[in-house]
Amino acid sequence: MLKRSIENLGNRTIQGVWRIGFAARFFLTMLLHSGTAFRRFGLTVREMYFTGVLSLIIILVSGLFVGMVLGLQGYETLQTYGSEEALGVLVALSLVRELGPVVAALLFASRAGSAITAEIGLMKATEQLSAMEMMAVDPIARVVAPRFWAGVISMPLLAALFSAMGIFGGYLVGVQLIGVDEGSFWSQMQSAVDFEQDILNGVIKSVVFGVAITTIALFEGYDAPPTAEGVSGATTRTVVTSSLAVLALDFVLTAFMFRGIN
Amino acid sequence: MNKTVLDLWVGLFVIAGIAALLFLALKVGSMSAVNTSDSYEVVARFENIGGLKPRAPVKSAGVVVGRVADIRFDNETYEAAVTLRLDKRYAFPKDTIAAIMTSGLLGEQYIGLEAGGDSAKLKDKDRILITQDAVVLENLIGHFLYGKAQEGAPQ
Repeated sequence: MLKRSIENLGNRTIQGVWRIGFAARFFLTMLLHSGTAFRRFGLTVREMYFTGVLSLIIILVSGLFVGMVLGLQGYETLQTYGSEEALGVLVALSLVRELGPVVAALLFASRAGSAITAEIGLMKATEQLSAMEMMAVDPIARVVAPRFWAGVISMPLLAALFSAMGIFGGYLVGVQLIGVDEGSFWSQMQSAVDFEQDILNGVIKSVVFGVAITTIALFEGYDAPPTAEGVSGATTRTVVTSSLAVLALDFVLTAFMFRGIN
Repeated sequence: MNKTVLDLWVGLFVIAGIAALLFLALKVGSMSAVNTSDSYEVVARFENIGGLKPRAPVKSAGVVVGRVADIRFDNETYEAAVTLRLDKRYAFPKDTIAAIMTSGLLGEQYIGLEAGGDSAKLKDKDRILITQDAVVLENLIGHFLYGKAQEGAPQ
């Protein structure tokens, strides 16, 4: 009984290490074969349509509503201290530093990451990837790398759109609906938000999230068992793993970026 | 889907994304209110800076004329040496007074410059000689209580 459970533990550890090693090798191969993604940029553009453009609606609408809710809730709290004018600072800083990159990344993982996994998993299940190899076309270079770079390019753009839309939502509710003074809303925001510390760090965060999400999605799809059940399991794992990875990476990045700021 | 339509959409997406980034950089954050290239630095020494932080505004007559670049503790004089980065467009007399003020009752602290009457102007790496420390609320209350106690004491 005890021997069996120790054997189980050992087996799981070996499996886990093997999987991590496979993922690392997959990531490296993908980077090495990225040349095609740039030489034939049309492939990457095509994937940017599916990952970026088709995610626009959910990103824009969520951004607008998150900003509007921030405006309402922030006003309620700030009103108690008589500093409603700081609403712009609150909305802008929370969106640019945290909510923009993180919520956009979570939406991106569920909207685009799952689609990537399902597509590649199904390509593998229907032996399209093997067919490519038979024709001496490298599936990593032809299928995987363009999707990777499309995701990495799309993610910061989506996060910036999310933040901009959220600030517009906060402006709509704060200034137009509640009646916070427009001048101090923008000017306090401008004096509090720093380009390097806040906006650039937000962009760096979203690039890191883009790399993490697309890598996980592509790996899960490539590694999925070639069955209907395998593909569905891989899709679920993509969303769960990449969401958790985004949250964990966000904590680490925030600890490094904003530790010195008072 | 038609390739040109697809290219068009992706192009629009990229333009919108870059426009959002520009909006964030220019409208939300002030990209560079005081540029490093056309500015000069002066040092002011305070006995107590209260809650002053780097990047706090430096104002004169309520107008932002620079930012706090650096705050350091001088181990020889036991004072705080605050480096102010001021915009080149604004020149101040040598006998300018630097005071640490608070915007509002609980607001952020900033440095207020009050111009003096000297005809010589402050130059890069100069020192502001006359300074006024931050008001520490605890000391103020202490002084007040002490004064009250003195008043009530029998002569």
